[in-house]
Amino acid sequence: MPLDAKFDPATHHFRLVGTRPLRPDGYDKVVGRARFGADASAPGMLVGRILRSPHPHARIRAIDTARAAKLPGVKAIVTRDDFKDGDPSLKDVLVNVMARDKALYDGHAVAAVAATSASVARKALKLIRVDYEILPHVTDVDEAMKPGAPILHGDMRTENIEPAPKKASNVASRCEFGHGDPEQGFKQADVVIERRFKTEATHQGYIEPHACLASVGSDGQGELWVCTQGHYMVRNTCAALVGMDVSKLRVTASEIGGGFGGKTTVFIEPVALALSRKAGKPVKLVMSREEVFRASGPTSSASMTVKIGVTRHGRITGAHADIRFQGGAFAGSPIELGAMSAFACYDLEHVKAVGWDVVTNRPKQAAYRAPGAPMVAFAVESVLDELAHKIGMDPVELRLKNTAKEGTRSSYGPKYNRIGLAACLEAARRHPHYEAPLGPNQGRGIAAGFWFNFGGQTCVSLNVNIDGTVALAVGTPDIGGSRASMCMMAAEELGIEYDKVRAIVADTSSLGYNDISEGSRVTFSTGLATIAAARDAIGKLCARAAKIWGIAPEAVVWENGRARPAGPNAGDFAPLSLAEIAKTAAKTGGPIAGHHEVNADGAGVSFAVHLCDAEVDPETGRVTIKRYTVVQDAGKAIHPSYVEGQFQGGAAQGIGWALNEEYVYGRDGRLQNPGFLDYRIPVASDLPMIDTVIVEVPNPGHPYGVRGVGETSIVPPLAAIDKAKAGKKRR
Amino acid sequence: MRYEAPTTVKGAVKLLAGKAGLARVLAGGTDLLVQMRTDRVAPDLIVDVKRIAGMRRIEAKAGGFRIGAAVSGAELGEHKGMRKAWPGVVEAACLIGSTQVQGRATLAGNLCNASPAADSVPALIAAGAAVVVVGPRGRRTVPVEQIPVGPGRTSLKRGELVEAILLPKRPPRSGDAYLRFIPRSEMDIAVVGAGVSLTLDRQGVCSAARVALGAVAERVIRVPEAEAALIGTKVDGEALERMAASCSAACRPIDDKRGTREFRIKVAGVLARRAAAIALKRARGK
Ligand SMILES: Cc1cc2nc3c(=O)[nH]c(=O)nc-3n(C[C@H](O)[C@H](O)[C@H](O)COP(=O)(O)OP(=O)(O)OC[C@H]3O[C@@H](n4cnc5c(N)ncnc54)[C@H](O)[C@@H]3O)c2cc1C
Repeated sequence: MPLDAKFDPATHHFRLVGTRPLRPDGYDKVVGRARFGADASAPGMLVGRILRSPHPHARIRAIDTARAAKLPGVKAIVTRDDFKDGDPSLKDVLVNVMARDKALYDGHAVAAVAATSASVARKALKLIRVDYEILPHVTDVDEAMKPGAPILHGDMRTENIEPAPKKASNVASRCEFGHGDPEQGFKQADVVIERRFKTEATHQGYIEPHACLASVGSDGQGELWVCTQGHYMVRNTCAALVGMDVSKLRVTASEIGGGFGGKTTVFIEPVALALSRKAGKPVKLVMSREEVFRASGPTSSASMTVKIGVTRHGRITGAHADIRFQGGAFAGSPIELGAMSAFACYDLEHVKAVGWDVVTNRPKQAAYRAPGAPMVAFAVESVLDELAHKIGMDPVELRLKNTAKEGTRSSYGPKYNRIGLAACLEAARRHPHYEAPLGPNQGRGIAAGFWFNFGGQTCVSLNVNIDGTVALAVGTPDIGGSRASMCMMAAEELGIEYDKVRAIVADTSSLGYNDISEGSRVTFSTGLATIAAARDAIGKLCARAAKIWGIAPEAVVWENGRARPAGPNAGDFAPLSLAEIAKTAAKTGGPIAGHHEVNADGAGVSFAVHLCDAEVDPETGRVTIKRYTVVQDAGKAIHPSYVEGQFQGGAAQGIGWALNEEYVYGRDGRLQNPGFLDYRIPVASDLPMIDTVIVEVPNPGHPYGVRGVGETSIVPPLAAIDKAKAGKKRR
Repeated sequence: MRYEAPTTVKGAVKLLAGKAGLARVLAGGTDLLVQMRTDRVAPDLIVDVKRIAGMRRIEAKAGGFRIGAAVSGAELGEHKGMRKAWPGVVEAACLIGSTQVQGRATLAGNLCNASPAADSVPALIAAGAAVVVVGPRGRRTVPVEQIPVGPGRTSLKRGELVEAILLPKRPPRSGDAYLRFIPRSEMDIAVVGAGVSLTLDRQGVCSAARVALGAVAERVIRVPEAEAALIGTKVDGEALERMAASCSAACRPIDDKRGTREFRIKVAGVLARRAAAIALKRARGK
């Protein structure tokens, strides 16, 4: 359902969209009534715990659980023998959930117990004997690519290279995107710069550890309460991994204490289900913070080489990137997204990005906010900045001269529709921050960023209640205030007040399939489906009014929350409100509900430009972020506070990544800092108030012009901060 | 595991000296409980000292102060006399953790946990503090620098505990200060810490100085060469540079996830110089 050509969200007068009402889930979260993953319990519940490999790479010769099984209070133990091979497309997920022939990273699960108490479970883990044959390991991406590196998977042959290799390697695949011939382009350049960059893996750092409560009965029916970004994904994956019918597993998403992409896969859920089935009792499994760091899904670390050429007048003539991501022990790093996004900000004739997906002895990466893009943008934007400096051009001017716009063929293929990069660059240049004087030891950095955004499968149900209120059921876990935005859009369409709509995240048995809350897709696609469901309900409300009045349904229009006779019947009857129609629904045909099911297309891409001032202590190198401004295209901000929150949140995480967050592996291949003391996310006092500017260039793919905003904001910070640290003046 | 909360020092000593396997004193618990949760220590007996009234008080004594070993950082931070006399000690104690941690953490716990990076210890050593140790054989007074002997190890014998910390009378024209380097602005462990205390004579010449460094060796160290570099000078730029160089020279740090050897050596000098400049200002009454 695209934007109506006659409808301009920039000039349309919205009643609710663009205002800032309180979020419906706010009260519960403030008073502690909200229920998160670990807040559920069930009668007879057992405590689950997972035994994890202390070795980064080891063959598992045998697992002896006999002594643990004899410990009083132990009700079930599961190992690799309890998880049978099934769907080949889920093989890696299965092996990650429970190690098979080898432990592939420090923290890899090798066994799990369910016991009557946490202390019994802990004791039981100590009684399990695992016979490991320790193997050489590799945790660095460049090392893993070298000939002679320890090989993780004997059957891994690099895909997409000619001729097909005969020998095993840690390089899972190669990918390539672009058009033209960069070598040709470099010949036309006055200045060409090539640089190499490395970035470390970071963790999403969500406050809530993974947690779930599983219950499988002897009749084979199961329930799972879980903290996740996608409970339908959890249902489908778990059903396949533990061998259940999809219909027999009902999954309910708890409130979620952060995910940022890290909760878009399964880790402990299949284990909890397997334990529960074996024990015949409900099992609660909660990761410790240490387990979260060692064994959930941080992002990739990267090694990159970027080469860009420009003319003296600032025209980019050629761009090339060679990008190497390690994504942990399994194929599937976000290398394609990294390579596709590398040069997406610019309108280029000769551009190419080549990517390599590499495996190492680290935990299997998971999505992290704009997966793959921040590190690549760091490399590309850094080289651009250096070029601007070299040719003596303002860095914003250089970007404006090459900016992608409507009709540009993107570096990853498709032609852009209406986009907002130029508008963001201009807004950044106009912002007072851009010209503000800098103090001693301070520098200013600026960088641009891009993210694709996603639509996907969505299903929404909107029920009109007897008292004129509305129950809205969505299937996308609310990870950023989306229930508020959904209530606003439904109320906007229906012409009723915001607080008359209550949105819930329905469980998997109550509503049709929904893709995960990822790819900045929720306000776009669940919003689009909500608007469509509201319009569906309006059609039915009008038909009921027509029935009451005895006129043709086409002769009824919906205005300001009321049905009104129109055309030849205009003025014949007093308008009927939603509440009035709802009250008599039983007599006019029964319950009134609107629905919409869609595989949403047309998620508009979003661009951002960040400005950062940093101060460096010249003697200690300590960096303080003094000022930070985010300018980003939201298409249309439904709830501006939550859009600003996304802008600020992405910048905060980017600041952490740029300054102090890092996975530190020792020579022993073990993670050295699996806790918030030494994995240093920024604390509140590390951040300035992050200023925001919402740019609104409507997305033609959404009825109100919405673009996803959740991810782009983490793309520019690494480069912006690095330049600010380097003390570069703008010119 | 047994938990006891005696109300007298005598009772505590009796419990600690008893036959129970591994015994541990519990003050604020901000180190001990974290270590127990992560399986680093599994005591058989825990002796909580927070119910011992005498260990919860700060008393003025002989012109100085006696700080009970169970006094929290927050209580210390609110004590006007201590803030005025030993601002360096108070600022070091109040750097520990966060507001929540401050409500529990004690100086004695910071000292007896024997981390080379403990924040209050360089400040205490610089201030010339001592501790009262009580054990089955009675009481003894020990300079703070003699308590930690290595990471996680103290010179306390079985059955002994720290009853109080003694701060001397602050001489006239004296000042102390503590600075640490952390990458974040709070909630972090010192990569390097430096405590300095100095006294000026009537002419503004430094007559006494004590310098201590944290996180640059297996325990907090005192640096006599750095002290000598200040004594007899007006604590001018040149003296400060010499002191900084002595500090760097005294470091024998390790490379770890928190910082490299090279960084620690360089920054130790920088922080000591900056701390001395603050101490000097305080000594001059500014
Ligand atoms: C989130 C967090 C942040 C922190 N930040 C810092 C920081 O910034 N700087 C820093 O230096 N530390 C920091 N720490 C460590 C800790 O808070 C300090 O070391 C604190 O001072 C310990 O005091 P406590 O009273 O809690 O000690 P406890 O945990 O009660 O005891 C610590 C150890 O000392 C022993 N002990 C305690 N009292 C006595 C006594 N009277 N006699 C003999 N032995 C005794 C205990 O048996 C134990 O072995 C932090 C800890 C946390 C959890």
